[in-house]
Amino acid sequence: MDMAYLIETVIKVVVILLVFSALAGIGTYFERKILAFMQRRLGPTNVGPFGLLQVGADGIKLFTKEDIIPTNVVAPIFKIAPVITAATAFMAAAAIPFLPAFTVFGYEVHPIVADINIGILYVLGVMAVGLFGPLLGGMASANKFSLLSAARAAAVFISYEVVTGLSILAPIMMVGSLSLIDFNNYQIENGWILWSQPLAFILFWIAAFAETGRTPFHLIANDHEIIDGFGTEYSGMRWGLFFIGEYANMFFISFVIPIIFLGGFGDGSIFGALALFGKMAFFFFFFLWVRAAWPDVRPDQLMWLCWKVLMPLAVINVVITGFVMMF
Amino acid sequence: MFEAVAFYLFAFLTITMFWITVTTAQALYALSALAAGMIFISAFFFILGADFLGAVQIIVYTGAVMALYAFGMMFFDTTREVKEKHGNKYIVVGLSVLAAVMIVAIFSAPIISTNMQAFYPVIEGAGNTQMVGLVLFTKYLVPFEVAAIMLLVAMVAGIVLAGKKMDLSLTLLNAQEIQAIEDEKNKKVLS
Repeated sequence: MDMAYLIETVIKVVVILLVFSALAGIGTYFERKILAFMQRRLGPTNVGPFGLLQVGADGIKLFTKEDIIPTNVVAPIFKIAPVITAATAFMAAAAIPFLPAFTVFGYEVHPIVADINIGILYVLGVMAVGLFGPLLGGMASANKFSLLSAARAAAVFISYEVVTGLSILAPIMMVGSLSLIDFNNYQIENGWILWSQPLAFILFWIAAFAETGRTPFHLIANDHEIIDGFGTEYSGMRWGLFFIGEYANMFFISFVIPIIFLGGFGDGSIFGALALFGKMAFFFFFFLWVRAAWPDVRPDQLMWLCWKVLMPLAVINVVITGFVMMF
Repeated sequence: MFEAVAFYLFAFLTITMFWITVTTAQALYALSALAAGMIFISAFFFILGADFLGAVQIIVYTGAVMALYAFGMMFFDTTREVKEKHGNKYIVVGLSVLAAVMIVAIFSAPIISTNMQAFYPVIEGAGNTQMVGLVLFTKYLVPFEVAAIMLLVAMVAGIVLAGKKMDLSLTLLNAQEIQAIEDEKNKKVLS
């Protein structure tokens, strides 16, 4: 293994970690401002210009708060659960191409940590492991609300994993590859997959909300029923790690949806790269928009939606795609 | 060098995790260690260049262990230790040593005799995923389909066991019998 490759990989890993940890913080600022705008409030205004330094203030608070381990919890599992959520979110990013390849000082850089030929499976699989965080955190805290939240996490995971997998299957059949870069290249020649697979796009988008635990499916930490669910017993930076994991996941899934369905970064020009960021920003904004506009669903409604509506639709979509490709 | 480091690291981690799974009396420790061990095994597939199997290992076992967690949640208070019955320790130790020796013998026999042959030569230009598909839909088609049918049977059986009044078919009953069932239902609601 040559040294340049090793150094390049380490630099890429560090850049992704720093950028997305920072983005997770800034994401909370955007969330507050956008929710405030939609609810006719002002949001953070006092700390710094336009309340921008609120992110830093929150960070200082989280880092310096006392890390409490309650008496009856299973301490090792309780301590490791937030780390799982944060770590798997960033591990999933290893196979996402964030930008087209570009040249710096005559050296070609591929902004993807590991271009493995099963990118999609890896990203979705590792992202799904992230749900072990809420599950373990909820089961290890000796708290009824946390346990309820853990049970809901298991239910959501088992059901929506099916929809994610089946909805993505039809585009995979069309492209004939599992690499995200191949998806991007396919769409340069054949147009966006969105136009040929609109149903798969919508199903995947809905499942993304369940995968990240965002509002219509926010029942694993629903404030008005089960306090903060799995996070009830956590304080300080351990809670902060759950938070970073959730926001990093939102950003990564907002990258994955455009790459799979909306043409990705296109032919690799600077315009294509900017367009990918624009699409990412739209999907991130949509997460916040939905949170402002829609109420949460009940657990039984969530199960009903998954098994009786989304899964049959996904299967029908796969069958129709198969027939169209065969004849 | 990196491969050797990764192999020994993950071998150590996997064995430690499964050791914890077997020896601990805490349901939560056992389940978490099982999940971690299963995910660490995928590292070996990645080291061997079988990316597809590695990713499938992660996806399948996270889901499977998640279902085990659900059962653990139902049957145990997972924050307390479970009182286990310990049988005859000599039998347990003897059987596990025997099993370990047999597994080593089975896997080392073809290596020692240098009689290993690849049935399906590597096809040029076909990736990892395509190779799995080619073998699965040619040589192993029958076992694959049989497994699919068995899973279907299990699914139907599960639905029948979990569903209520599945032995009752409304199409086979006449009007009076259906009316009787309706009355019974209303009586329960009214009382």
